[in-house]
Amino acid sequence: MTPQANDLEVLQQDYKYGFVTDIVSDTFPPGLNEEVVRAISAKKGEPPWLTQWRVRAYHSWTKMAPPTWSSVHHPPIDFQAISYYSAPKPKKKLDSLDQVDPEVRATFEKLGIPLEEQKALSGVAVDAVFDSVSVATTYKKKLGDLGIIFCSFSEAVREHPELVRAYLGSVVPHSDNFYAALNSAVFSDGSFVYVPKGVRCPMELSTYFRINASNTGQFERTLIIADEGAYVSYLEGCTAPMRDENQLHAAVVELVALANGQIKYSTVQNWYPGDKNGKGGIFNFVTKRGKCAGDHAKISWTQVETGSAITWKYPSVILQGDHSVGEFYSVAVTNNYQQADTGTKMIHLGRNTRSTIISKGISAGHGQNSYRGLVRILPRATGARNFSQCDSLLMGDLCGAHTFPYLEVKSPTAQVEHEATTSKIGEDQLFYLRQRGIATEDAVNLIVNGFCKTVFKELPMEFAVEAQKLLAVSLEGAVG
Amino acid sequence: MSTPLLKVTDLHASVGGKEILRGVNLTVRAGEVHAIMGPNGSGKSTLANVLAGREDFSVTSGSVSYNGRDLLALSPEQRACAGVFLAFQYPVEIPGVTTAYFLKAALNAQRKARGEEELDAMEFLDRVKAKVALVQLPETLLNRPVNQGFSGGEKKRNEVFQMAVLEPTLAVLDETDSGLDIDALRVVASGVNSLRSPQRGFVVITHYQRLLEYIVPDKVHILMNGQIVKSGGKELALELERRGYTWVEEELAPRSSKASA
Repeated sequence: MTPQANDLEVLQQDYKYGFVTDIVSDTFPPGLNEEVVRAISAKKGEPPWLTQWRVRAYHSWTKMAPPTWSSVHHPPIDFQAISYYSAPKPKKKLDSLDQVDPEVRATFEKLGIPLEEQKALSGVAVDAVFDSVSVATTYKKKLGDLGIIFCSFSEAVREHPELVRAYLGSVVPHSDNFYAALNSAVFSDGSFVYVPKGVRCPMELSTYFRINASNTGQFERTLIIADEGAYVSYLEGCTAPMRDENQLHAAVVELVALANGQIKYSTVQNWYPGDKNGKGGIFNFVTKRGKCAGDHAKISWTQVETGSAITWKYPSVILQGDHSVGEFYSVAVTNNYQQADTGTKMIHLGRNTRSTIISKGISAGHGQNSYRGLVRILPRATGARNFSQCDSLLMGDLCGAHTFPYLEVKSPTAQVEHEATTSKIGEDQLFYLRQRGIATEDAVNLIVNGFCKTVFKELPMEFAVEAQKLLAVSLEGAVG
Repeated sequence: MSTPLLKVTDLHASVGGKEILRGVNLTVRAGEVHAIMGPNGSGKSTLANVLAGREDFSVTSGSVSYNGRDLLALSPEQRACAGVFLAFQYPVEIPGVTTAYFLKAALNAQRKARGEEELDAMEFLDRVKAKVALVQLPETLLNRPVNQGFSGGEKKRNEVFQMAVLEPTLAVLDETDSGLDIDALRVVASGVNSLRSPQRGFVVITHYQRLLEYIVPDKVHILMNGQIVKSGGKELALELERRGYTWVEEELAPRSSKASA
């Protein structure tokens, strides 16, 4: 046996800890119908209730059309041309980093990613068991002692079907929207988190540990539950540039916070954005929604979106419990020909519910950046409050920023504040910084980081540092 | 005698196609303070911005040498790293960026360019704390976003503070006295005076003689219509104060009409 094959086996052994489903070799032919949906469920050995749920989602989907209300433009997607089941294959192993695309390597260097991680991320065979896998294993034990469940979605279906059944679709119903319905019918895998009553999760949970395992799949499904008085902080994504042969990604994330429960969900998204001329790149059509199901519950979304050719996502919060709190902090960057239509919905149902929306859009090149947000305050939500702030920063003359705030206030005691600004990265600011000795590129970064500061401070420390570097890389050459 | 710190020769510059500087000549030696006075629109700020390398202004002819180097060939940041400092007439706000962070980035960029070790956060703070006191600003200034929410006087003092930290070789002060009350003016002036040294030159641009009571110049120049039309010692500023710019105009009128005839 070659040493390389041996290493692969070692890696695969670690997969038994549940981050990846068993590796099977087959792939379904392209196309989607009820049989395909049933076959996916059968492949995964799912219980009948879940098969039924997928089938219902499929039938909802067939009655829907792709949304056309957003500001993004792309050629129509042929949904019958996609293969909806492909067993995760390990990526082709390379012998050394020299075989990796030099551009990708340069980005790794700029982001300061350690060599071992660079190898793992780009699929180079590593000599030892990849560090983070063993780290993840250690963490799992510690989490298990506290009764915290953190595993793949498939594992959760097998091991904790009662929890999955109780909460799956409780926030994003299978018929919610076109892409959510598609996801519900065909989702491949994803993450599951349950934090029991009164437990504060002692570490940030991160999918980062799983990134080396296999491709995340086109149709990912995440479900996070914070039981009464529980707290969890969850990190999604990775600052390393992620390439994928699948152009369409339609994930669903559901969060449920029970009374006094808190969920903090942070995302750094850096999918391949396409080249400088707008060719290629991921379409990222995601449905993310949280529900503050109990009183005094709190859900915070923080996102830094720099990747993808098209981003279409609106992490939202349903404020059902009285005194519950929803937050949305977002930085979205579009450069070259990227398009982003992102924002949030805050649905106030409970009394004295509060929501905060801070959105920072940065457009450069031909990038188009739209903020689309809805604040809905229902009659029962007396004393509800919302504060929204949407700022746009333009770099150059060819990009665009658009803001679409929708307000529906049906409670006379509600207070709603909205602030919006659009500014161009000022020649005056740049000259001021350069006159003090700071090079143009660094001056741009300084200004951009200042602009995003209120969002970055919501990110966990290391994530914030990475996000800053990522922004610098994404906007390289945008001015000057 | 050695190379002058700054030598401006027949400098012509325009903005948006309009010629503002029409042949400026100026020589500043290390250790000297030169005041440039002149009415509104005479080209004072243009001269300051051209020296700092602002790209909206195009130099159409003439030369500027700085320590024997061609200053005009350098980018604004290269000039800064070479020791040229401009105290802005209208200091710019940078939201979300603290003064400390900004100034540390600037100082380290300059140190790096000079091949010096960059300062870490502690070394930097030690160094700046004494300088904040120099302009009588509170230390909390360091944690506030650059110039945001500052009063006019605070902004000007912040410029002098930055100058004190960056220790330039040539400092150009563009109407640093405008909008200051008499107390703030004294603070700014004493800050500048404490930085006077045999190695450092100053170009102090001002409307009013008042500032020059506190920062006593070696030379005073009067800039009108884009040219230095009269130079003298500090007494020239006093005379100007007494007699106004029309006196200079009248004095020049016969000569310039002869010249154009």
